[in-house]
Amino acid sequence: MSEKKSIEIKKEVGAVSEQARRDFLKNIGVASAAAMVAAPAVAGAAASSAVAAVPTAGASNPDADSTVAEWLQGHFQLMTEEEKKKAIERLEKRYTAKYGKKTVVSNAPAPEGVLFGYALDISKCVGCRRCVHGCVRENNQSRSNTEIHWIQVMKLPKGNFAFSPDKMDKKGFPETSWFGDHGVQIGGNAYTPVGGIGTHGAENYYEADLVPDKDSFYFPVQCHQCEKPPCVKVCPVRATFRDPNGIVLIDYNWCIGCRMCQLACPYGARRFNWGEPNLPAEEMNPKTHYWGNRPRMRGVMEKCTFCLQRTREGRPPACLEACPVGARKFGNLLDPDSEIRKILATKRVFRFKEEFSTYPKFFYYVG
Amino acid sequence: MGKLMTFVVDFWSYVLLKGSTKYYAWLVFLFAVLIAGLFTAYKQLTEGLITIGATDQITWELFISNFIFTAHVAAAAVLVVAPGYMYGRKEFKDLAVLGEILAMCFVACGLNFILFHMGRPDRLWHVMPGIGFFNFPNSMLVYDIIVLNVYLLLNAVAVWYILYKKYIGQEVGGWYKPWIYLAIAWGPLIHICTSFVLSSNARIGAWNTAVLPFAFLSMAGASGPALIILLFLLLRKTTKMKISDSAIDLLTTMIIWSLGILMLVLGSEFFTALYSSPHHAESLHFNMFGHNGLNMYVPWFWVTLTVLVGSFFILLMPKVRKGYDFWLPVMCAIVFTFVLIEKPVILVFPAFSPSPMGEYTEYYPTFVEWLNVAHVWATGCLTITFMLKGAVGVLTGEVKFAKSSA
Repeated sequence: MSEKKSIEIKKEVGAVSEQARRDFLKNIGVASAAAMVAAPAVAGAAASSAVAAVPTAGASNPDADSTVAEWLQGHFQLMTEEEKKKAIERLEKRYTAKYGKKTVVSNAPAPEGVLFGYALDISKCVGCRRCVHGCVRENNQSRSNTEIHWIQVMKLPKGNFAFSPDKMDKKGFPETSWFGDHGVQIGGNAYTPVGGIGTHGAENYYEADLVPDKDSFYFPVQCHQCEKPPCVKVCPVRATFRDPNGIVLIDYNWCIGCRMCQLACPYGARRFNWGEPNLPAEEMNPKTHYWGNRPRMRGVMEKCTFCLQRTREGRPPACLEACPVGARKFGNLLDPDSEIRKILATKRVFRFKEEFSTYPKFFYYVG
Repeated sequence: MGKLMTFVVDFWSYVLLKGSTKYYAWLVFLFAVLIAGLFTAYKQLTEGLITIGATDQITWELFISNFIFTAHVAAAAVLVVAPGYMYGRKEFKDLAVLGEILAMCFVACGLNFILFHMGRPDRLWHVMPGIGFFNFPNSMLVYDIIVLNVYLLLNAVAVWYILYKKYIGQEVGGWYKPWIYLAIAWGPLIHICTSFVLSSNARIGAWNTAVLPFAFLSMAGASGPALIILLFLLLRKTTKMKISDSAIDLLTTMIIWSLGILMLVLGSEFFTALYSSPHHAESLHFNMFGHNGLNMYVPWFWVTLTVLVGSFFILLMPKVRKGYDFWLPVMCAIVFTFVLIEKPVILVFPAFSPSPMGEYTEYYPTFVEWLNVAHVWATGCLTITFMLKGAVGVLTGEVKFAKSSA
C-alpha cells in the first residue's frame, strides 16, 4: 500500500534545465531574501528555482502594469458589457506585449445551477506537493522574489509517536506543583501533540527526497471558498466577493492592498504580491480568465479560485489533475448524482476549523 | 476677506520668522528627516511593500503599529477640551484649542501612516464616496475611514475658526459649542472604531476580545495627557502662554487612573486567557515566554508591562506629581514612549503567531520601513510645531489683527 504511494520527488528536481540552474545561482541572493519574505515551500524550491527571474520585455517597466485607462477602470462587476469588453481587450493587449505570446483573457460567465465543492481524502494524500506546483504552473503565480503558492501542505506528526516512557519527565507522574502534590494528581506529561487535525507540530516547509514519511501524514490547505467568507466581509471596497458558483473572487484591478482579508482568513489562504510578480514569459500560461489566473500586479491580493478559468469550461482544477494518488475530488454540490455528493453522503467528512463558522465548501474526508 | 488674508499672513510669518535658535534647529532636524524619508518613500512606492519587513505571516507592519498610537493620542486630545467646555474649568478654556490641534495633527499623521500601509495607494480613490465603492455596512475599515476623516474635519474647522476669531478679537458663534461637544464625543468614537478593526478578526486570538476598546481607550488616556503635559510644560517655559499648575495636575490624575484602568483591563484579559489557556491564549504565551527559541518579544513584554504598572505607582507619589521641573516630565516621557513601544511588541506583531497554519514568526523591520516611519513622524511633528507655535502666538496676543494694521 505505502510502496505504491511512494513517489520520488527527485525526478522532478532532476528535470531542471542547466540554463535554469545557472539562472538560479545568479539569482540566489535575491531568492534567499525572498525566502524570508514569502512562504516558500522549501522542498519545491529546488524544482521551482527553475523559474528564477528571467527578464522579460515589459517586466522591466513597472508602469506596464497600469496604463491610465486601466487605472481609471471601475469595479469589473459593475461595468457595462461594453466597458467589460474594452477592459478585457486592454488586458489582452498588455499581457500579449509583456509576455510575447498571444494571451486570452476570458470573461466566461458562471454556469447556472452549480455550487462548486471540493473534497480531499487525507488518508490518500502522500505530501508530494504536485498539486502545489501544478497550481503554480496553471495560475501564473510569481515564481521568485516572492514565490507564491496557493496551496500549502502541512506535514503533521502521527498520533502516539511521542508517547514513549523515556519522553515523560517523571515516568508518567505529573509535574510537581510549586505548592506541593498533596498526593492527588492534577495534570499529566503528555503535552506533546497527538497527531490530531490541527496546526500543532505542523511542518509547512518540509524537505523530503521521498514521501510519504512514515511518521507523518499530510494535510493540504488552500482557499476553502467559504459560504460565509470573513475575507469578503472585511474588504472595504468589495474587491473580493462571492460569485454565483460559490467561489470567492478578487478583482485584482480594484483591490487597494489593505490586507484586511488576510487578517480575517482563518485558513491562511490569501497571498499578497509584496513586490512586482516575477513570471517568466516562457512559463506564462496564456489561457487566462479575468477572475482567475490572469497575471497579477504588485500590491494586490490573490488566492485559489478552484481554477475558475478551467471549471467555467467544465474542466477540473489543475491541482486535481496533478494529484497522483486521486486524493482530490471536485464537483457540483447541487447535483445529487455527483461524486462529491456521494462522498459527503457516505464518507467520514469534516470541515477544517469548523469553530470559525465560515462554512467552507472544501471538505476533508477519510476514504 | 481682507481680514482672513492678514490672518493667514500674520499666522505663518509668526510661525516661520519669529523663533529662537533652538526652534530653528528643531525645524531643520525635522526637515532633514522628512527629506531623507522622501527617498525611502519613493522606493516603497515604486518597488512595493517588498521593501518593508511584512510577510504573509505578519501582514501588518510598523506603519499600522504607529497608526494605532496616533489614534491613541488623537482620541485623548479631547481630555484637554472636555474640562473647559463640559465642566467649566476656567484654566482649561484657552488650552482647549491646543488639544484640538493635537487631535487634528495626530489624525492627519495617522492617515499618512495608513497610506504607507496600503499596497496600492494609487487606488485610494476606490474608497472615496461617489467615485469609489464602500463595502457598507460590513467592513469595519469603512467605518474607521469615515470617523477618522470626520474627526479631522471637526477639529480642523474648530481650530482654524477659533484661532481666526481670537485673532480679530471676536467671540465665537453659537454653533461653536455644540460643534466642540460633537468633536469631544467623536474622540472616543474613532478609537472604538479602530479597535473594532482589530477585534473583528476571529482568527487573531489576541485581538478577538471585548476588552480591546477598553485597553485602547485607557492607553489613550495615559499616552495622550503624557504628551500634552510635556508640551504644556515646554510652552510654559518658553512662551508667554499661561498654563496653571491645576491644569497639569488634572492631566496627571488622568494619566494615573488611565493606567489604573489599563491594569484592570490587561489583568482581566490575561486571566481569562491564561486560566484555561486554550487556543486563544497561544499568542499571549508566545509573547510572554516565547516559542521553541523564538523569544524576541519576551523581554519587551515584561519590560513594557513592568514600566506601565510601575509608572502608576510612581505617579501616585505627590513628589513626582508636583515635580514639574524634572520628575513629572520624565515620567510623562516614559509613559508616552512605552505606550508607543507596546504597539508593535505586544499588540501587533506577537498577535500574528501562531499563523492559521501554526507558524511562529518574528518581525524584522527594514531600513526603508524605519525611515518611512521617521518620515511620517517628522511630517507630523512639523505640523504640530507650526500649529502650536501659531496658536500660542494668537492666544498670547502676539498675533492680533489690530496689532498688524496699526
